[in-house]
Amino acid sequence: MAEPTAALSGVVVRYPGRPPLGPVDLSILPGEIVALVGASGAGKSTILRLLAGLEQPSEGRTACAAGAGRTGFVFQAPTLMPWADARTNVALPLELAGLAPAEARRRADEALRAVGLGDRLTAHPRQLSGGMAMRVSLARALVTEPDLLLLDEPFAALDSITRRGLIEDLHRLWAARTPRPAIVFVTHDVEEAVYLAGRAMVLDAATGRIATERASPGALPRPARWRMDEGYRSAVEDLARALADAMTAPSREVA
Amino acid sequence: MTRLLPPLLLTTLLLAAWEIACRTLGVPPWFLPPPSAVAVALVDRAPVLAASAAATFWMAMQALFVAGVLGGGLALAVSLSRPAEQAVRPLAVALQVTPVVAIAPLVLIWTGLDHADRAVVVLAATVAFFPLFSGVLAGLKAADPDLERLFDLYRATPLQRLLRLRLPAALPFMLEGLRVASGLAVIGAVVAEFVSGSGATQGLAWRLLEAGNRLRTADMLAALALLMVMGLTLNALVSALEGVARRFR
Repeated sequence: MAEPTAALSGVVVRYPGRPPLGPVDLSILPGEIVALVGASGAGKSTILRLLAGLEQPSEGRTACAAGAGRTGFVFQAPTLMPWADARTNVALPLELAGLAPAEARRRADEALRAVGLGDRLTAHPRQLSGGMAMRVSLARALVTEPDLLLLDEPFAALDSITRRGLIEDLHRLWAARTPRPAIVFVTHDVEEAVYLAGRAMVLDAATGRIATERASPGALPRPARWRMDEGYRSAVEDLARALADAMTAPSREVA
Repeated sequence: MTRLLPPLLLTTLLLAAWEIACRTLGVPPWFLPPPSAVAVALVDRAPVLAASAAATFWMAMQALFVAGVLGGGLALAVSLSRPAEQAVRPLAVALQVTPVVAIAPLVLIWTGLDHADRAVVVLAATVAFFPLFSGVLAGLKAADPDLERLFDLYRATPLQRLLRLRLPAALPFMLEGLRVASGLAVIGAVVAEFVSGSGATQGLAWRLLEAGNRLRTADMLAALALLMVMGLTLNALVSALEGVARRFR
């Protein structure tokens, strides 16, 4: 088995006045797409931040094999600098890493073209629609050619058509890269999880642990018409049931 | 132009009402001179008033500069450490709530009684300090927390974070602080001039005092009008700065 791109082992995060998260064990293999589903407050975003190294666990170990600056993060909101145009926003990670501004700009333009915004290079965030701003955010996460791409409900605020377009794009961008980056994304949407990911982990809010895991059938990236497939529908049903179980089951273990 | 018309119209209307009221009711000019008399005073005393206005304006600007450097610099330093902020904030608030009139005599002693203009600058800077300090500090902490996380993720240096995230995010707050501070600097300068009194400074407040002692009410109102214009000009300048800043956002 290949060495995981990122892993959590025995990770516990304690919050003041709330039940703790974990212990959680998970490992993300190079090039796989993993969905993290669960109720609000189950700790999905915390797991992403742990994987990114933005938060430290109270207990346990986190490991990340992604190179320095080679982790991309897409937040729930586009999280762009409102005073800077699309190009400057996307060039930011490269410039922070010390790349020459001209080279950073060139690569930013390239990344923006890859997400279909080649004609909006100098647009400011307020001039962009929600979907476009999210694409800029995606371009910024991809511009460093990350080994690990983390997405925190990135499409939740978008309408369903825009969301579908972005999901197709994400698949396409992921498939176009060699080696393919590992992707972990948080979602409430079981259909999105089944369609986009190779496997889905269900996080139980009551216990703060990963309740179960479901593999999605079929090779990635999937064609759009797979959504009509019987296999897709039964996988969605199965994951929805697993999620419902995780949300209603009483705490199985007494801490 | 259409935006300027309603306030101009209202001002004209009020002045006309004032003029008519003074004339028809026969109000004595030492009590309330009509606007025409104030206009005459403005023209007659123009050289003196202009020099005094320039003196007050210059002292207020020096104060604003000092307050900006000290308030902004302190906010910047304090924004780097939470305990430092907690230590400094009550002192800054204490400085803000202390009436400037009350500390004026002390400052006058400390800066030297024959350097009243210095006392004016120090006092005006004292009142302008808090809005600048608090504006810059609030602004530096106003950046989107997810953007802060992004800078963490890409291991930004503190300097990169300051220049590329916190200062741009702070700009609107700084300008708002500047707007409040510029008004307060003029007020502080005038109050300080009043306290230092009897010709120690040659600003507009001294003209007000002097004219008041001689019951030259029209001269008083003329000086007051100039102070008003000064405040409006400063406000317009800050608005213009905000407009420029918005184009970069």
